[in-house]
Amino acid sequence: MHKKHIEDFIVLLNEKLNEDTFLLLLKHPHKLPEINAGQFAEVLVEDSPLTFLRRPLSIHDVDYKNNTLSLLIKKLGKGTKKLSELKPDNFLNLIFPLGNSFTLLNNEKVLLTGGGCGIAPLLYLSRKLNEKGCDVHILLAAKTASDIVRLKTYENYGKLYFTTEDNSLGEKGLIIQHSLFKNLSVFKKIYTCGPERMMQAVARLAANNEIPCEVSLENTMACGIGACLCCVTETKTGNKCVCVDGPVFNTKDLKW
Amino acid sequence: MVDLNVNIGHLKLQNPVMTASGTFGYGLEFDDFIDVNLLGGIIVKGTTLEPREGNAYPRMAETPMGMLNAVGLQNKGIDHFITDIYPKIQKYTTQLIVNVSGSNIEDYLTVVEKLNELDRIPAIELNISCPNVKSGGMAFGTSCSSAAEITKAVRSTYKKTLIVKLSPNVTNITEIAKTVEAEGADAVSLINTLLGMAVSIKTRKPLLSTVTGGLSGPCVKPIALRMVWQVFNAVKIPIIGLGGIMNANDALEFILCGATAIQVGTANFIDPRISIKIIEGIKEYLQSNKINSISEFRGSLILK
Ligand SMILES: Cc1cc2nc3c(=O)[nH]c(=O)nc-3n(C[C@H](O)[C@H](O)[C@H](O)COP(=O)(O)OP(=O)(O)OC[C@H]3O[C@@H](n4cnc5c(N)ncnc54)[C@H](O)[C@@H]3O)c2cc1C
Ligand SMILES: Cc1cc2nc3c(=O)[nH]c(=O)nc-3n(C[C@H](O)[C@H](O)[C@H](O)COP(=O)(O)O)c2cc1C
Ligand code: FES
Repeated sequence: MHKKHIEDFIVLLNEKLNEDTFLLLLKHPHKLPEINAGQFAEVLVEDSPLTFLRRPLSIHDVDYKNNTLSLLIKKLGKGTKKLSELKPDNFLNLIFPLGNSFTLLNNEKVLLTGGGCGIAPLLYLSRKLNEKGCDVHILLAAKTASDIVRLKTYENYGKLYFTTEDNSLGEKGLIIQHSLFKNLSVFKKIYTCGPERMMQAVARLAANNEIPCEVSLENTMACGIGACLCCVTETKTGNKCVCVDGPVFNTKDLKW
Repeated sequence: MVDLNVNIGHLKLQNPVMTASGTFGYGLEFDDFIDVNLLGGIIVKGTTLEPREGNAYPRMAETPMGMLNAVGLQNKGIDHFITDIYPKIQKYTTQLIVNVSGSNIEDYLTVVEKLNELDRIPAIELNISCPNVKSGGMAFGTSCSSAAEITKAVRSTYKKTLIVKLSPNVTNITEIAKTVEAEGADAVSLINTLLGMAVSIKTRKPLLSTVTGGLSGPCVKPIALRMVWQVFNAVKIPIIGLGGIMNANDALEFILCGATAIQVGTANFIDPRISIKIIEGIKEYLQSNKINSISEFRGSLILK
């Protein structure tokens, strides 16, 4: 496991992507340590009396050359709202990199699916898989087209598909209604993150087609480093901490 | 140099700063952030006779200036501690204290007897105050008779330093403190979490699977401080103060009110380096106020 760090990053950019999603580009003051796809950071929200605990956020992308990483954040409540107000040159304290990571394949056809802020960890993952020669297919789901952000960036690393509930982009309906799911067996692995019900539906179809499926869970956390045992999920071998044994799990191990 | 040494029973601490049970894992989780050996001691996770899976998720809810937890003493049991954890934490030179829990006196005694055999565990902290388990736990700590019974039973077999951790969920904490003192406890630690609750009007559901849970963090500090002060005026044995300590200032307040040592709990989640910063802060305060030793400062609250 990588050494964990605690560091004040400098905000380089806070880009509003739509009504409630924004991207933070953060610069590490020194050399950025190695980060794997699927890992996350515990972010300190300062000057925010009602948010006492850090907020867990996936690492969206990493740039070792410039020592930057980015976070893709959806405004949900008080903490994420406060983070959306950050300005360039502000500091942001992160504990990172935390958790395990997605298992990567070489030269295989893979499907990445996500919805909501669940798409955050998929970018770095798609890049890593792309580097490993995989044929990467990315299916993003949303209520409406304007919910889908960072399109152009995802496009660099794989073939994109969409579902929207209002038929404004891609196919109409929910994620598992997409035609890709009619012929799942062409994929060697499925990676998914997003709302739990969506992930469960994807996992069920993957299991029916006997395709390994990895999910990234978003349980609420207190410490993020395995010390408090607050973030557990039930697995076939007992309660496991999402922050150290996850956030990535093979769905066959979960009690879903 | 200021003298930070303190004694708790037979236990000698190089400084008064320890880490609280359930908030610091086994210390190993913090190796990437701090030199754990700089601490006065660490209190490891609540340990029971049999393995426990704990309560169902969700077990945590954030509250203003604090959090509720309902972990429910998830741990792999004392035998796993002895075979798997103990060998790993023996590398530490700081004092290692095990927090012991159980649902009946026999279970407590079996765990304590096993811990008695471990050379590197010079003390135990008897948890008679966990609000998150159905039987035992807090039930032992909320009546004088059961607190007396369990302390007496453990004292009769355990010869090393015995710390009893008290529950704040009582009408009069000094009565319980006096009782465990009379039954031979070497020290008391206080407070464990306060029984609390959080709900959502959106879903009309409780935020914890157990409905109620234990409140910790800075929101409990005034209560913890009051209890430490009351107990300081009621017993002669050393007091280990905790509850909402976030910085050196908070720690010094507890010591000013009579605590011999302190524990850092929930604050470890916000800043994993905080325990070490607190030691530094205490040192700086004593130096700049020309106080030679921490024991000189202890309980020196000026009332008039
Ligand atoms: C490993 C991990 C990675 C994550 N990655 C990302 C990411 O890349 N981008 C992103 O936008 N979000 C991510 N999340 C979710 C993010 O942590 C929460 O949205 C955030 O903590 C909410 O904080 P807040 O103060 O804005 O909301 P709060 O004010 O705390 O809560 C607002 C409402 O949201 C609910 N809520 C809060 N946290 C969660 C949660 N984790 N799951 C379900 N409901 C919740 C609360 O119950 C409440 O109803 C991740 C979570 C985890 C555990
Ligand atoms: C997640 C969590 C787990 C805890 N587990 C234990 C435990 O196993 N045994 C125990 O005696 N106290 C336990 N406690 C209580 C703490 O040790 C401490 O008494 C309490 O949190 C108050 O201190 P604080 O406000 O500094 O956290 C736990 C607290 C938290 C937040
Ligand atoms: S959040 Fe504390 S153990 Fe996972």
